[in-house]
Amino acid sequence: MRGLALHHVSLWIDGHRLLGPLDLAIEPGTVAVLTGPSGSGKSSLLAWLCGTLDPAIRAEGRVTLDGRDIGTLAPEHRRVGILFQDDLLFPHMSVAENLSFGLPAGLRGGGRTARIDEALALAGLAGFGPRDPATLSGGQRARVALLRMLLAEPQALLLDEPFSKLDPALRSRLRSFVFDHARSLGLATLLVTHDPADAREADGPVIDLSGG
Amino acid sequence: MTRAALAARAAGPDAARPARPRSLAWVPALTLGLFLGPIAVGLVGTLLPAFGLLPALGATVPTLQPWRDLAAAPGFATAVRLSAATGLASTLLALAVALSVAACWHGTRWFQALRGLLAPLLAVPHAAFAVGFAFLVAPSGWIARLASPWATGWERPPDLLLVNDPWGLALTLALAAKEVPFLLMMVIAALGQVRADQALTSARCMGYGPVAAWLKTVLPLVWPQIRLPVYAVLAFSLSVVDMALVLGPGTPPTLAVLILRWFNDPDLSLRFQAAAAASVQVALVAAAIGLFRTAEMAVGRLLRGWVVSGRRGGPATGLRVAALAGFGAVAAAAGGALAVLAVWSVAARWRFPDALPADWNLDRWTDALPGLAGPIANTVAAAALSTGIALALVLGCLEHEQRSGRGRPTSRGLWLLYAPLLVPQIGFLFGVQVLLVLVGLDGTWPALVWSHLLFVLPYVFLALADPYRALDERYARSARCMGASPGRVFRTITLPLLARPIAVAAAVGMSVSVAQYLPTVFAGAGRLPTVTTEAVALAGGGDRRALAVVAFVQMLLPLLGFAAALAAGRRR
Amino acid sequence: MTHCVQTVAAALAGAVLLAGAAAAQAPERSWAEIEEAARGQTVHFHAWAGDTKINDYIAWAGAQLRERHGVALEHVKVSDVGEAVTLVLAEKSAGRTEGGRADLLWINGENFAAMKEAGLLYGPWAGRLPSFVHVDTEGKPTTLVDFTVPTDGLEAPWGMAQLTFYYDGAVLDEPPRTIRDLGAWAAANPGRFTYPAPPDFTGTTFLKQALVELTPDPAVLAGPVPDEAGFEAATAPLWRFLDALHPHLWRGGASFPANYAALRQLVDDGETAIAFAFNPAEASSAIERGLLPDTVRSFVLDGGTIGNTHFLAIPFNAGAKEGAMVAAEFLLSPEAQARKADPEVWGDPTVLAPSKLPPEDRQRFASIPRGPALLGPEELGRVLPEPHPSWTTRLEAAWLDRYSR
Repeated sequence: MRGLALHHVSLWIDGHRLLGPLDLAIEPGTVAVLTGPSGSGKSSLLAWLCGTLDPAIRAEGRVTLDGRDIGTLAPEHRRVGILFQDDLLFPHMSVAENLSFGLPAGLRGGGRTARIDEALALAGLAGFGPRDPATLSGGQRARVALLRMLLAEPQALLLDEPFSKLDPALRSRLRSFVFDHARSLGLATLLVTHDPADAREADGPVIDLSGG
Repeated sequence: MTRAALAARAAGPDAARPARPRSLAWVPALTLGLFLGPIAVGLVGTLLPAFGLLPALGATVPTLQPWRDLAAAPGFATAVRLSAATGLASTLLALAVALSVAACWHGTRWFQALRGLLAPLLAVPHAAFAVGFAFLVAPSGWIARLASPWATGWERPPDLLLVNDPWGLALTLALAAKEVPFLLMMVIAALGQVRADQALTSARCMGYGPVAAWLKTVLPLVWPQIRLPVYAVLAFSLSVVDMALVLGPGTPPTLAVLILRWFNDPDLSLRFQAAAAASVQVALVAAAIGLFRTAEMAVGRLLRGWVVSGRRGGPATGLRVAALAGFGAVAAAAGGALAVLAVWSVAARWRFPDALPADWNLDRWTDALPGLAGPIANTVAAAALSTGIALALVLGCLEHEQRSGRGRPTSRGLWLLYAPLLVPQIGFLFGVQVLLVLVGLDGTWPALVWSHLLFVLPYVFLALADPYRALDERYARSARCMGASPGRVFRTITLPLLARPIAVAAAVGMSVSVAQYLPTVFAGAGRLPTVTTEAVALAGGGDRRALAVVAFVQMLLPLLGFAAALAAGRRR
Repeated sequence: MTHCVQTVAAALAGAVLLAGAAAAQAPERSWAEIEEAARGQTVHFHAWAGDTKINDYIAWAGAQLRERHGVALEHVKVSDVGEAVTLVLAEKSAGRTEGGRADLLWINGENFAAMKEAGLLYGPWAGRLPSFVHVDTEGKPTTLVDFTVPTDGLEAPWGMAQLTFYYDGAVLDEPPRTIRDLGAWAAANPGRFTYPAPPDFTGTTFLKQALVELTPDPAVLAGPVPDEAGFEAATAPLWRFLDALHPHLWRGGASFPANYAALRQLVDDGETAIAFAFNPAEASSAIERGLLPDTVRSFVLDGGTIGNTHFLAIPFNAGAKEGAMVAAEFLLSPEAQARKADPEVWGDPTVLAPSKLPPEDRQRFASIPRGPALLGPEELGRVLPEPHPSWTTRLEAAWLDRYSR
């Protein structure tokens, strides 16, 4: 199938089950939501999906992206992008350099600059390229982080409570920004959140891990 | 900007420097008084004879003659070149291995396993390591013995220049091997501060290979934090004496050994030339650090384009294997050194090409131990005292820093702390000796402990600062809210929570103290022999078996310290 | 350099006068009074510690001194006695004229010459030691003249040394008996001979031995180096010999062993086949201690080999001068000297004349066992005198200039 699909996924730590078994299919352009209390294994699931699971945790089940089994691939070969609570813009690079980091190497010279400028304009940050990320506001930084990841051309998107640190007004604006981009690019998106408003806006399948 | 990133920037010299934090106001004062003052005086005491001033020899007229003598001294230019080459090459090699191990294996199970090896590797004293290394790789060494004559056909050692070679290759390799664990430990400490794991995950999810991701996103953050440790390694490698005596060439030797030779020459007039050469040694270290800094900036500029080029890098399997092999060689060299020392110490007769001794006995141990009891006691006492004082000072500073709620020390503060590691020992110790004699402290315990403290304190600080700062302040804050005094919080919350890092820092400090050679010779005035001075004295006189006993003991003492630290940390 | 030496020498002349004046003022005390004053003192004995058998011997002497005289002898282990000279010099720089850290030094040759010239030594005192009357000053003139420099009672003789060669009998049958033959042997057996790099003591002695044999007029060596031309003329054959020899040495002459012990190790490892020590009993004693194969045999050169005496000296500012003298007296006693001469203990030849001793003491020397590689006094042949110390300095500098650039 197209999109991101989880088949009988469960996570084990020290012989007891942390999560699952879980089945989930996320169509391209849909945002699925995963909620649940702390310690229910949400972040571990995201780590497993992008290939950076702590070796102490054992995973069972399969995950496919557009029909490709990606469960055993190295993170860099999965084409799964992730956004964290913290934007993780690299402090040793300017805003433009951060974006350039996301762009594939194939695009060179003027084409590269043009793509970056285009992305910045899209985020309402035209002219911010040479700025130090430290001088940006929280919302601006979060937008740059998303753009950087999108420029890397992922086929699926994992969101690890990316809005939780923002104030409510900003949160709602950024949420629309992220969701709009994910939908327009046809990305299968999995959002981990505590916020019921996130789940409402996502308008996709919701999995609640509480009590599970 | 994240707190860690801010910290990373604050540690960089080009960062906008905040006003000097009040919390550390008394630390620079203490550091200046206790550490830098005597070093400065020592430097002056070394510099004056370089310009013909040494009243004890009746020389009271300033002259440039020592410099002319130095320029004409046989082997001087070669010695300078040799020191520069071995110092720079070994530092670059150690850095390459340490960084590639971190870049290639960060986040894997291997990396966890290898971290456990670092502390004991770090504890191996330089002199004992050099002796064991020579016993391993020399043409008559254990490796050749194990392979002869069945594989090599050698009935007697091959006439090959493997140690004491004129190019200093053996010295370079051994120095690099000795410094890899320290640099790697510094890299790991820095990793904890820059949230490297998440940066790596981000980059890899954007399609970057593991090594490229590390080099592009983590290294630039880690570098400012390991810069000073790298300079300390560079300064040490450029001016090391004990390892160069054992492994370096002799005709001519490295600059530091040549200076020591001149200082100890019966022809007293050579002391002027020695002082001039010691000034050159200081300048050489300064120049090398400057060169390194310049190269850093140049490389940084060159690589900037590569970092943002979008090139993702591959799995870098070759580099990963090479990095692991490099670290494996370091661990094997240290383990092999310890093993070959152990075997030699119980050998009665062990001639080439026998793989193992023909006869074994404990004679060398029973002969040596009564005489070694004093040096062992001195070694342990000096290590315990200097480490204890260092721990108290460092904990005091860190606690003060936290209570006053101010940031970490400015880069200037760090440079001050590192000063004893950046100024070559040979450059100030003669002057320090004169100073100690003036105040009547030479050959006394206070002088010995102080001279060790100079080098122990920075390392204890390095080992303890990060765990201390990583401690969740909310524990202390909630205890304070329950009415506990700051002192009680420190005793009942902070210290117990930090038991393990404190134990490790203590072990690091003791191993640094055990390894000190020149400071012990100069400040101890020969009256307070340690296993290290015994080992170096025997290294010059070589019954391999007797030397092996002392070197083995020298290697064992810090290892026992680490074992005790681990046990103490685990009990908690 | 010359300028420096002159400045130093001029300044030191004054210091020597001062030291002499101070010594002259001291009232003459009886030996019993000195022994009494020594009781309870701690003597810091700065002595080369590169050999465990020597360290063990010093430890033995320390135990005897404590028991019999109440003097504590602390062996300050140095890898080069120059360290102690540095220490005394640093003390003088700092104006410490009494209560110095070093009380007794094991010294000779250029170190003695330098300290004597710089006024860094206490004395004269050696003649006041009761055992001094037994010293073989006629048969061993070097007990009074250290590398041609008169000791003037500023140091007491402790032991004798004579350059003695040895070879591994399992490798060759008949060793070369002159320096030139040695060169020819080395050329025929590349990689099987070497010598410690000067200024190492043993290495420098080898240079001097070769110089004595090769120089056109050996008489010149008894006085100070005349001038540049004189030095050139006297040493030219030596450099020609070494230039030809070096390519055939161990490691092709690109690396040299650091000292005597490293040289001995090469023979034991089978890397080289001929070596030499500055002690006739060394080979025998090393076999005994499992440091050389028992196929090693000693030999000397036909024209004789260089010999000298090593001494004990007291720094001008020693804190325990009486204790140091009592220690020196014990070390010079027939009992201590005979023990030291035993190859199983150390094997360092005595400075005493057994003929001057009472019978029971004479017996101590007669009963010393002789190992397989120890030459008798008659086999040791002629003892050649050391050149003047100025030759040592110049030879070392010239060697470094040629081969250590």
